[in-house]
Amino acid sequence: MSKSPFKKALLIAAALATTTSALAAGKLEIFSWWAGDEGPALEALVKLYKEKYPSVTVDNATVSGGAGTNAKAVLKTRMLGGTPPDSFQAHAGQELIGTWVVAGRMEDLSSLFKSEGWTKAFPADVVKLISSKGGIWSVPVNVHRSNVMWYNPAKLKAWGVTVPKTWPEFINTCATLKKKGVAAPLVVGENWTQQHLWENVMIGTLGAQGWENLWAGKTKFTDPKVVGAFTTFGKVMDCANKDASGLSWQQASDRIISGQSAFNIMGDWAAGYYTTTKKLAPGQGFGWATAPGTSKTFVMLADSFGLPKGAKNRAEAINWLKLLGSKQGQDAFNPLKGSIAARTDSDLSKYNTYSKSAATDWKNSKIVGSMAHGAVAPESFMSAFGAVIDQFVATRNSAGAAAAAQALATRAGIGQ
Amino acid sequence: MSKDRLWAVAVLAPSVILIGIFVYYFIGRTVYVSLTDWGNDPAQALALDPIIRWVGLQNYSELFSGFLQGRFRQELVNTLFFTVFFILGCLGLGLGLALILDRNPRGEGLWRTIFLFPMSLSFIVTGTIWRWMLQPQGGVNQAPTLLGAPPSTFAWLSSNDSVLKFDWNTLPLITASVVGVVLLFLAVGAAREGNRVRTLVAAVCAALLIGWAVFVGPNVKLLAAPELHGFNLAMIGIIIAAVWQMSGYTMALYLAGLRGIPEELREAAKVDGARDAQMYRFVIFPLLSPITLSAMIILGHISLKIFDLVYAMAGPDNIAASVPALNMYLTSFRQNQFALGAAIGTILLILVAFVIVPYLANQFRGEEGHP
Repeated sequence: MSKSPFKKALLIAAALATTTSALAAGKLEIFSWWAGDEGPALEALVKLYKEKYPSVTVDNATVSGGAGTNAKAVLKTRMLGGTPPDSFQAHAGQELIGTWVVAGRMEDLSSLFKSEGWTKAFPADVVKLISSKGGIWSVPVNVHRSNVMWYNPAKLKAWGVTVPKTWPEFINTCATLKKKGVAAPLVVGENWTQQHLWENVMIGTLGAQGWENLWAGKTKFTDPKVVGAFTTFGKVMDCANKDASGLSWQQASDRIISGQSAFNIMGDWAAGYYTTTKKLAPGQGFGWATAPGTSKTFVMLADSFGLPKGAKNRAEAINWLKLLGSKQGQDAFNPLKGSIAARTDSDLSKYNTYSKSAATDWKNSKIVGSMAHGAVAPESFMSAFGAVIDQFVATRNSAGAAAAAQALATRAGIGQ
Repeated sequence: MSKDRLWAVAVLAPSVILIGIFVYYFIGRTVYVSLTDWGNDPAQALALDPIIRWVGLQNYSELFSGFLQGRFRQELVNTLFFTVFFILGCLGLGLGLALILDRNPRGEGLWRTIFLFPMSLSFIVTGTIWRWMLQPQGGVNQAPTLLGAPPSTFAWLSSNDSVLKFDWNTLPLITASVVGVVLLFLAVGAAREGNRVRTLVAAVCAALLIGWAVFVGPNVKLLAAPELHGFNLAMIGIIIAAVWQMSGYTMALYLAGLRGIPEELREAAKVDGARDAQMYRFVIFPLLSPITLSAMIILGHISLKIFDLVYAMAGPDNIAASVPALNMYLTSFRQNQFALGAAIGTILLILVAFVIVPYLANQFRGEEGHP
């Protein structure tokens, strides 16, 4: 009699052990920074995954914090500690390649791309961005466009100016607006929005090919053309508000609506902000055009998922990646996230007015990657480049800033 | 060993071992990493088995004279100004409040709670609240409109203007001159006391330093181009928030000190014909000086390692209002430059040691005096 409770406990333990091992066979941990507004989009994907693989328990390991500021630090701890998540989010391109691929921590997904036919489904420019050393390293889920200039159509009419097509034209328009009493024709916000503006001035001045050469190491930052583009950037910054570093991108966007400023260069998440949060009609409450000098170019950034070496549930993670790259997965996710699908065959009826126009351009434009959002430069460059921009805005020393950028590029191994 | 001693050792051993590993070993490890090149090559930074090479003091020379590290130098200057104004602000405001409360005003307990309350918040909360209040187009800047005046336009946290600028290249010159002059004063003091050896050593050192400053210093160049640093006006808002947070604490310290002064002393001073001002000047303030010292130590090390307040108020990428601790975090965990980050950490440790070690030495000496 005295032994029976012990036996019972043993039985229960054995039963538990079998159930947990059964569960362990179907488990998947997804690591991302999609909390808050972006949470529902991720939930839609997870729901889809559960429908396809009902036996798998999905562990949604989200670390909140805009643009992954906190998540990236947590991820580093986990990777260095030897417990990588099964699949994690990273900005597509050099942010992943320059940090984790060069360190030999990621699995090559080339075979997956081949078997799923993704090399044809995704534009060639995109596949080039996420490839290096003969491998393809992540699956892009969505695409955002960063070279968009936002304005207030009613205000532009009142001021009697049109949307400038090139940066020199922009500087002229800026002078006209200043004469009409607009103190800051252009609105910028905190440091990263200035980097965002900088890259748009660069691409608009150097052209898409010139921009690619810069990151391939074919053109040096100290090249007279690049130094000249820095000078143009300085002139553009002369049009901007003086209280920039205290403004978030949303606060900067607000000044277009209030009519305090005429133009804002921001990614297309601004469209989501204007339509969803501010309840404005696209084309009436706010207008958009490609950033000056970039009409046939689509500057992209993308969120993507990769497969770290040593993932505990590799098979489930690969199923997850397959879902992310599928047409069904991308069309479930992107309308909710406010971005467009990276695939060119997505179902446009599900998207809003702005996204439809962006999706059309996605198919017809030259695609290049964004520096400010991790597509073309590794983390070590991006993070330190903020200081270069801040220094430049304070001193307006083009040659100095170009030299500093080149020193950073050399250190980060760009073009090697 | 007696049983008591054995018990003492057994009880203390775990914490001694844990502190040994998690404090001192890791300090040593950080210093070691700061002397390597871990992270300079992105391919090695996060690799499973990174190849790490010994580079000596290269990271430190990069920080103080490297072309790319202007940000760090501005942060050192910011820290210096922040520390000075933060300590002065807290001591001044804290003493003032304590003196008022010491007069037993009505509702003293309530006031004490109100003044001490900010301390119960964390810096990140304080920072967030003050960030809202110091928005360029809101909060404090809107206050004048309540009286019908136009709103103020001061760019609290985003200003790029600075005052008291100096060229970083002249730093060795300034340091040598200041230390030389201090030594000169020490020499004069020692001479007055009649301590010959001390006079001689201090005078010779002062002469050497000042001589160096006059003849060699002007030609020393840390950087190829002049680099101006100064007290950035964007720091004012952060200093105000920090003083708001910590002055209640100095008030509590001073109030305890004031209450600890026996009534007899005050009465004796009054009998001797001291007016109020004289009583404070000659009786009360001298008795409060140990409290001032400990408050300075505590505030000093808070200000040197401050991180969260600045992160919340100015954001991580605003060089004009940044501090070394913030840069250490960004360098290590965003740029993956672990060695450079460790070097910044080591410099911070040395700065804090400058504040703490004299205090600890003083404490131990005091304890030895009273066994």
